[in-house]
Amino acid sequence: MDNLKAIIEAIVFVSENPVSVEKLVEILEDVGEKEIIRLLHDLKNEYDERHSGLCLAEVAGGYQFRTRDYLGPWIKKIKGIKPITLSRAAMETLAVVAYKQPVMKSEIEKVRGVDVSGSLKGLLEKSLVRIVGRKDIPGRPIIYGTTKKFLEVFNLRDLSELPTLRELKELED
Amino acid sequence: MGYEIKLDIFQGPLDLLLYLIKKNEIDIYNIPIAVITEQYLEYIDVMKSLNLDVAGAYLVMASTLIHIKSKLLLPVHDDTEDEEDPREELTRQLLEYQAYKEAALNLDTMSLLGRDVFKREYPLEDKTDSERSLEEMSIFELVEAFRIVISSMKSGDLMEIDVERMSLSNRINEIMERLAEEKVLTFADLLGELNDRVRIIYTFLAILELMKLRLIKAYQAESLGAIRIFLAVDK
Repeated sequence: MDNLKAIIEAIVFVSENPVSVEKLVEILEDVGEKEIIRLLHDLKNEYDERHSGLCLAEVAGGYQFRTRDYLGPWIKKIKGIKPITLSRAAMETLAVVAYKQPVMKSEIEKVRGVDVSGSLKGLLEKSLVRIVGRKDIPGRPIIYGTTKKFLEVFNLRDLSELPTLRELKELED
Repeated sequence: MGYEIKLDIFQGPLDLLLYLIKKNEIDIYNIPIAVITEQYLEYIDVMKSLNLDVAGAYLVMASTLIHIKSKLLLPVHDDTEDEEDPREELTRQLLEYQAYKEAALNLDTMSLLGRDVFKREYPLEDKTDSERSLEEMSIFELVEAFRIVISSMKSGDLMEIDVERMSLSNRINEIMERLAEEKVLTFADLLGELNDRVRIIYTFLAILELMKLRLIKAYQAESLGAIRIFLAVDK
């Protein structure tokens, strides 16, 4: 099947969410995982080489077409596109959740030194943060973590791709 | 009547302290508490004089600083040499906050989907395709959906009826009966046709109660899409 690459391209193009390799294996049946990954990389290189306005990004455990970042200002000119905004407070709360997850609200507040109810609520509404469960300690407090959407929005394959947190230097005696 | 200004320069007491440390070019491992405390309190005064609402967290930090300062003034005995520096805990907190503050700035410089890079826009219209993958909804999303239904109603459409009392169990039974017949109901089916506030609230409570009892399940194909309610067990 030499049109395999075209099939993959079309599937990724019409999919709303990032398409995983497993999903492609499932759809394409006889084609092996290695072959699919190779074709995805070919495809990605083709888009890069001809300086397309789109790129094939590997995010949140799958592949997705998205516009290149230098084109942002043009996209925003299209009527009806409301760019997402995150305040500094929201960004700080999100950073603590991302690096410390699973994390309790009280732990986030200890790091930031302020009440985080508002920013946490906003992040839950934006589906960047989710409740992952309750901690097995008295009071059974809720614990939070980041979502798949967080990976998608921040252009990350998985959490290990987060830039490393600057290490806390040990206090000198 | 005074007016309040919301000043968002500092993200809290730790942020303010970091600013003061940077401004004075102070070594974070050796903070001159007296100087910092004085400047910190000056800032609080300025904020108060501007009629800013000084959050409690700022005042807690002020008392912490004064406490550390007083501890440092006490004479140190030879036998208590091992006692830790009263500033240590604060320094540790500042360093940790600083690391996350930097991490937040880093996150902000990334190419964010929906801000810097974009994917195809998908229409929000109701899709009836049964093969669409449906996501089970949390109570949180249901409450948001409830808010949308309520806010989309003109206030003139709402009537208050006090005379006819209804019970939650009645409403629960009605919903279960309709579900048994129609298999699928959308959130809008159940709430949209109602124009009586009490009835809307009872309906919503009934849905929540049924979800809690795991008798029904609510699904949504995409965010802002129609919410579908199914019987949890098909009879």
